[in-house]
Amino acid sequence: MSDIRNDDALTALSAPIDPETLARLHARLEHEAQAEGLVDVAYTTVDSPVGKLLLAATTKGLIRVAYAREDHDRVLENLAEKVSLRILRAPKRLDAAARELDEYFDRRRKVFDLALDLSLSRGFRQLVQQHLPEIGYGQTRSYREVAELVGNPRAVRAVGTACATNPLPVVVPCHRVLRTDGTLGGYVGGLNAKTALLELEAAA
Amino acid sequence: MKQPFESVVAQHSVTVLRVCRALLGVHDADDAWSETFLAAIRAYPDLPETANVEAWLVTIARHKAIDVQRAAKRDPLPVQTLPEEPTSIGIPGTDDTDLWEFVGRLPDKQRQAITFRYLAGMSHAEIAAILGGTVDAARRAAADGLKTLRKHYPGANTKGAVP
Repeated sequence: MSDIRNDDALTALSAPIDPETLARLHARLEHEAQAEGLVDVAYTTVDSPVGKLLLAATTKGLIRVAYAREDHDRVLENLAEKVSLRILRAPKRLDAAARELDEYFDRRRKVFDLALDLSLSRGFRQLVQQHLPEIGYGQTRSYREVAELVGNPRAVRAVGTACATNPLPVVVPCHRVLRTDGTLGGYVGGLNAKTALLELEAAA
Repeated sequence: MKQPFESVVAQHSVTVLRVCRALLGVHDADDAWSETFLAAIRAYPDLPETANVEAWLVTIARHKAIDVQRAAKRDPLPVQTLPEEPTSIGIPGTDDTDLWEFVGRLPDKQRQAITFRYLAGMSHAEIAAILGGTVDAARRAAADGLKTLRKHYPGANTKGAVP
């Protein structure tokens, strides 16, 4: 086999293909697959003051925002399992979300105006997540107050779970929910990220 | 567990492009590559979990290459009528598109056998299953193709001594 391993013809045939060629082909696939309705989940990643964020959208709307500490590969595997295997890195569908997040982190935006796909959550959790945007920019509520807001004042713990499993952090503002004593509680992006978002909104 | 389709593209993009280039030449390869992954994303949810994803993609690529070739024949390429003659424009291999031209001129069976064997890493038995015919015939086609390629591809004389 040594003559094959050292064969110049074969070496050249298997020579590296330049990244520009692959990027061009990928862009073409994004465009054509999208045109034929074959991209069930499009995603991209963006840089932000709270680290790299993964953004994913179905044709209905934004379905997932994920912090780096959630492990983006695992998040994508989870989307493949729960939503569809037809997942493609196709940033175009996320243009509006990326722009609004940019404006938010730049203190030029206080309300997100994006179509959301909340289908990763069900029942009470989804109900809580639907109501979270009612907590205005720069304000905070306790878990208990949110439980009252959704008409189930005894479900304080369940509200905590709904916040912890929010598939759309930052955009659906679970960071505005604190413990009754004013301490932070938990956060999917880590407490530093929660603090950073609260300080960003307080400074505006 | 099946990977998100983007991982399939990331892992097999290069192999599929090489297969398409070997079957069609550099210029038509892009079309076949696109058609391959478009067909693949459509069918991917139904692919059995145990399937060999690369072999599956190579099979699709081969069919798409035939489609592209048929379409091209209806509108013949000038290159197919060019006489074969020694190049006067430098050393083939400094731009590897030259080599793909040589591969393109191999007889069909040899070209496909070489592509599947050395670029897609398939066994002679797998190649025989795709091309039809015996395992020995597949092995012979790959060996003959490689021999022809070495003869026509002068890279060995220009790239310096390889031990």
